[in-house]
Amino acid sequence: MLAFAVLGGIFAARPAVAGPTLDKIKQAGSFSCGVQTGLAGFAQPDSQGVYAGFNVDICKALSAAIFGDPGKVKYVPLTAQQRFTALQSGEVDILSNNTTWTLQRDTELGLNFAPVVFFDGQGFLVAKKLGVKSAKELNGATVCVSPGTTTELNLADYFRANKMEYKPVVIEKLDEVVSAFFAGRCDVYTTDSSGLAAVRLGRASNPDDYVILPERISKEPLAPAVRQGDEQWHDIVDWVIYALMQAEESGITKDNVDDMLKSDDPNIKRILGVTPGMGKDLGLDDKWVYNEIKMVGNYGEIFDRNIGAGSPLKLERGLNAQWTKGGLIYAMPIR
Amino acid sequence: MTSEEVSLSLTPPRPAPWRDPKIRGIVYQVVFVVAVVGTVAFLIHNMLDNISRQNIATGFGFLHKEAAFGIGESLIAYSPADTYGRAFLVGLTNTLYVAALGIVLATVLGTVMGLARLSSNWLVAKLAQVYVETFRNIPLLLQLFFWWGLLNSTAPPPRQAWQILPDVFVCNRGVEFPVPVASPAYYWVALAFVVGLVLSIVLRRAAKQRQMATGQQFPTGWATLGLVVGLPVVAFLVAGAPLALDVPVLKGFNFSGGEAISPEFAALLLGLVIYTGTFIAEIVRAGILAVSWGQSEAAMALGLRSGLRMRLVVLPQALRVIIPPLTSQYLSLTKNSSLAVAIGFPDLVSIANTTMNQTGQAVEGILMIMAVYLFISLAISLAMNLYNRAVALVER
Repeated sequence: MLAFAVLGGIFAARPAVAGPTLDKIKQAGSFSCGVQTGLAGFAQPDSQGVYAGFNVDICKALSAAIFGDPGKVKYVPLTAQQRFTALQSGEVDILSNNTTWTLQRDTELGLNFAPVVFFDGQGFLVAKKLGVKSAKELNGATVCVSPGTTTELNLADYFRANKMEYKPVVIEKLDEVVSAFFAGRCDVYTTDSSGLAAVRLGRASNPDDYVILPERISKEPLAPAVRQGDEQWHDIVDWVIYALMQAEESGITKDNVDDMLKSDDPNIKRILGVTPGMGKDLGLDDKWVYNEIKMVGNYGEIFDRNIGAGSPLKLERGLNAQWTKGGLIYAMPIR
Repeated sequence: MTSEEVSLSLTPPRPAPWRDPKIRGIVYQVVFVVAVVGTVAFLIHNMLDNISRQNIATGFGFLHKEAAFGIGESLIAYSPADTYGRAFLVGLTNTLYVAALGIVLATVLGTVMGLARLSSNWLVAKLAQVYVETFRNIPLLLQLFFWWGLLNSTAPPPRQAWQILPDVFVCNRGVEFPVPVASPAYYWVALAFVVGLVLSIVLRRAAKQRQMATGQQFPTGWATLGLVVGLPVVAFLVAGAPLALDVPVLKGFNFSGGEAISPEFAALLLGLVIYTGTFIAEIVRAGILAVSWGQSEAAMALGLRSGLRMRLVVLPQALRVIIPPLTSQYLSLTKNSSLAVAIGFPDLVSIANTTMNQTGQAVEGILMIMAVYLFISLAISLAMNLYNRAVALVER
């Protein structure tokens, strides 16, 4: 199935025009956004099948900036293995699914990464009753992991570096691999620590029976990705995300954005399109930032609502706080 | 004049070129070939164009790069420091292993069930029928999930493993069992087995010749058993009968030592064997029913004993019906083994998928998968066709 999707997509003819993605999606009236098959807080369909979560809101903001409507997105659930071919073959226009930015993906896979939206690190989830306190004690463990991820590679690296043995159980569907872990097939489940928190809370019958070990064995800068060969589309995605971050830094929120239109701050006037020009340069409406903040909210609001203090996951801002507050979230200047 | 006119009317007049069947045929073939070649060329051109525009890497150079991912079970030595090529080989051996074992077991199960359906015992026949009708009509993928879920959820964790035999444990990590510690004695045993096999073939030839010449029979069955089983046993005893076992012991999280059958492998093998067995049962039943009762009666009239009757009269004719569809079943079993990817057994497809995703070289990966399955399938077909030719009735 995947094979046919891959070959079908790669064989298909595509017009070789500069910046075709924006033209294509404006004509279609919507774009497709590749998300996870279901990870609490990041991207999960509700009982009506409507996707919600941190990664979903990134695509909503993009939709609001382009169409002035956050709902013009078609969400395509993708497994870790399907995601790159889906993007390469044009089945989706953007991946917003906790993909780690690596050199090899940036080059060999032909991807372009947008700014990092979540700084994460890989961790280990184990049952409390095993009595494990540190990842260094995991010698001989059976480890559940998703295939085709950086996680799978970091896992091998970590055990090699520490001269420990392990047995991987590799299952493609996130749902199946998580079920296998909770059924006791594996001693350990490993993925980004935000994902571990989501799985522990969302899937364990009693979350208190499981602990996330303190070690973070890798850097996982999670960023949306687009295809190479369309610089305009890459720029739009970049700046839509920077605008979300800049809005938080400048104190523009969903609730006060209308008041902010009357602000005297030249920076805010430029961002919100009161002083025109920024949107036009991107090929968008000058109201692009106003629309995304009004309809979706700024970066901090998106974080809190889905995965932060205002959500069941209650993840700390940590590295994902604004640079002004000791974090790594740093928007390039919008001017 | 008249004779010339007659001969003219006998050879049909040459039709216009667009009506000439010969010319038409050639034109159609040329158009067809151009269409096929053109379409393929168009697709390949597009593919190369898209790949180069998106800066995706191409070529098979990735096979020499370090794979850097772990594989759960492997018949050959493998570590994450090995290459993608080696990882691919691990997947290939895993696929061949499960397929070969599956083919043997499915044939045994299918033959038993096929004969059981023909049994005069009502209960046996009905049970076989229920087996066939149930498992034949449930999608294989669901069956795999069922067996895998069953093995995962019913078996206890390793620390509470069930000990079913001395040193044999069942837990949700699989079945752990002891294996003999490697010793040179086992090479002698293997050698003795091969020698026994060769000797028994020679013996059978000689016995047949003697029977042809003198009519006297020789008990080849017992002699073969003695050679094939007896010789290795003698070799084992002579080599000092090393009985040391590598026993599974609970150490830390899991058992170490011995060998293990993982739940993934067990579920895959069980699913493939039980599913394919239903089809083979029906093929065997059909084959035997295809030989008319008159053949058996004729054999009885010649005074053949029941074993010889089956071997010399019924089976050769039944096999002629059985072998061709059986080949298809072997092929589908092999190809169905690629469903392993759903339950996490590291078969060829699973490892190729991971490789494709880590390297981004989907086209190369899929070409390799297709080439391998094509090769395996052709090999099975060839072997079965040779066997078919050997057992086919020689018609005069």
